[in-house]
Amino acid sequence: MTTTLETSQSSLNRKKKGRFKSLFFRLLKSKTGFVGLIIVLAMTIMAILAPYLAMYDPAKTNIMSRLLPPFWLEGGTMEHPLGTDNLGRDVLSRIIYGSRISLLVGISAVILAGIIGMFFGLIAGYYGKLWDFIIMRTVDSFLAIPNILFMLIILAVLGPSVPTLILVLGGTSWVVYARMVRSETLSVKERDYVRSARAIGAKNFRIIAKYVLPNVISSFIVIATLNVASTIILEASLSFLGLGIQSPDVSWGLMLSDGREYLATSWWVATFPGIAITVTVLGVIFLGDWLRDVLDPKIKD
Amino acid sequence: MEVVKEKIEIEEKVIMKVRNLKKHFEITKGYIKKQSSTVRAVDGLNFDVYEGETLGIVGESGCGKSTTGQLILGLLDATEGNIYFDSKDIAQMSQEELRKARRDLQVIFQDPYSSLNPRMTVEEIIGEPLVVHKIASGEQLRKEVLELIKLVGLGEHQLKRYPHEFSGGQRQRIGIARALALRPKVIVCDEAVSALDVSIQAQILNLLKKLQKELDLTYIFIAHGLPAVRHISTRIGVMYLGRMVELADRDELFVKPLHPYTHALLDSVPIPDPKLRKTHQLIEGEIPNPSNPPSGCHFHPRCSFATERCKQESPEYREILPRHFVACHHPLH
Repeated sequence: MTTTLETSQSSLNRKKKGRFKSLFFRLLKSKTGFVGLIIVLAMTIMAILAPYLAMYDPAKTNIMSRLLPPFWLEGGTMEHPLGTDNLGRDVLSRIIYGSRISLLVGISAVILAGIIGMFFGLIAGYYGKLWDFIIMRTVDSFLAIPNILFMLIILAVLGPSVPTLILVLGGTSWVVYARMVRSETLSVKERDYVRSARAIGAKNFRIIAKYVLPNVISSFIVIATLNVASTIILEASLSFLGLGIQSPDVSWGLMLSDGREYLATSWWVATFPGIAITVTVLGVIFLGDWLRDVLDPKIKD
Repeated sequence: MEVVKEKIEIEEKVIMKVRNLKKHFEITKGYIKKQSSTVRAVDGLNFDVYEGETLGIVGESGCGKSTTGQLILGLLDATEGNIYFDSKDIAQMSQEELRKARRDLQVIFQDPYSSLNPRMTVEEIIGEPLVVHKIASGEQLRKEVLELIKLVGLGEHQLKRYPHEFSGGQRQRIGIARALALRPKVIVCDEAVSALDVSIQAQILNLLKKLQKELDLTYIFIAHGLPAVRHISTRIGVMYLGRMVELADRDELFVKPLHPYTHALLDSVPIPDPKLRKTHQLIEGEIPNPSNPPSGCHFHPRCSFATERCKQESPEYREILPRHFVACHHPLH
């Protein structure tokens, strides 16, 4: 009897202490999750340490060495490992600096949209009736407006800058989360454990925070990570249309649109930032998948 | 002798009075040409619940027994009628008053797989009522939770686990521990064992019986068949299409059913021994649609004793024999 008590006690202690440790070990176990973490960490470090990593000023032009190919092609040099663009700017340095704005805009916009969408989705789904009607008709109207046009108008009025870009991207994409969270909430609300919380006498706020939210969050995270991808690409389209990131600032999206004209002759100008976007997005998706599994107590090992 | 004594004790105190309880659901179809119909899920219930008893409520699916349970718990608002509990009317309470009244009124759900929050540990689930009502925290909370989990036959080492790590019977025990946390007076068991294996059912029923004795609980036990409630009930009420058709002490109901529907229900219980089998008089047809119930006595289209009067006139629910209520124009016996 005492031994069983002791073992249970020690297992309790171990569980408490090792919460973060076990989280890390579980991350190591999941290969894709680990790869995702490495990619996202690498990109983040790259963004933070950009001034030390980049060999050139990303905005410095040099007409003499314009459109140089990457080093392994004929005419390429190790001075510009990934070549130069139409104004002779170093592509690698621009990618390193571009990660700052691309990641900042992509992730902040998703967080902003996620918070707004989660909030309204929970309210619409949980309280229903008039709240649901008002919120969902607002969502419908947002969906009915052509997205790009709407964003361009706002950017034109407010003036393009990084904060307005985040605001505009987040302020238009929250509807996706609101719809998803609402429908999940509607189904979770009818489960017996929510009813049991009401029978206990829990207040609505507690029910939403402890019973509904944790049970809708996993699908939410998956959608959110996928949206980091589309937000980075959307930022690229806005930059391409001239109302996104403005030179001399640099983002991957802007590089992509700059390089489009030279795609036939100098493919590297657009391809490398494209690869950077793809790799980052993959990393975020892997990490999101893993995060969803970790947050679900059912899938532990 | 003991039985008689028990009955007298029970009669002393009524803990809950349900009077003319109704719950109608409005269903509207179509935007342009609005058509609305009313589903009378519960249509005029009257009964008392005595302190310390187990009142079984049985009926086919769709008869309104679960709705009754939810009304008693205040999870649904009654359309009409009163539920007096501790001399206060639950049906007329505000949400805030109800929240407080819920300390004395708890529920055990049918499906143990959906009644526990998958994102909370067992410790959190059982302790939740105490946290919500700010009764205990910290070390005190841990102690209470430990006591509760031992009360339902589980161990300390299971506290940190999540519901999915348990079997159906164990989960139901966790649900019972949660219901007991607030030391309630009345527990509504909404088909509390029907989702479990037969062997587990008996275990849970015995546990409920044991707890009733130890903690002076009153149960309202909702089930869809008579055999399920026979083991545990002191009195049994039979519902049909939103109305109570018969209510009597358990043994009386089994030996001397007065309503043809109760009689048919008893007849439909399978008997394992083929020699004892008699010709069954099974009820024919389906339970009618509660949005369009038959005229007069709701049971008349399926009743083999129905007369012209049954089609016209709704029978009054009355106490024909002492402690034996029935709603029928032509009671049996």
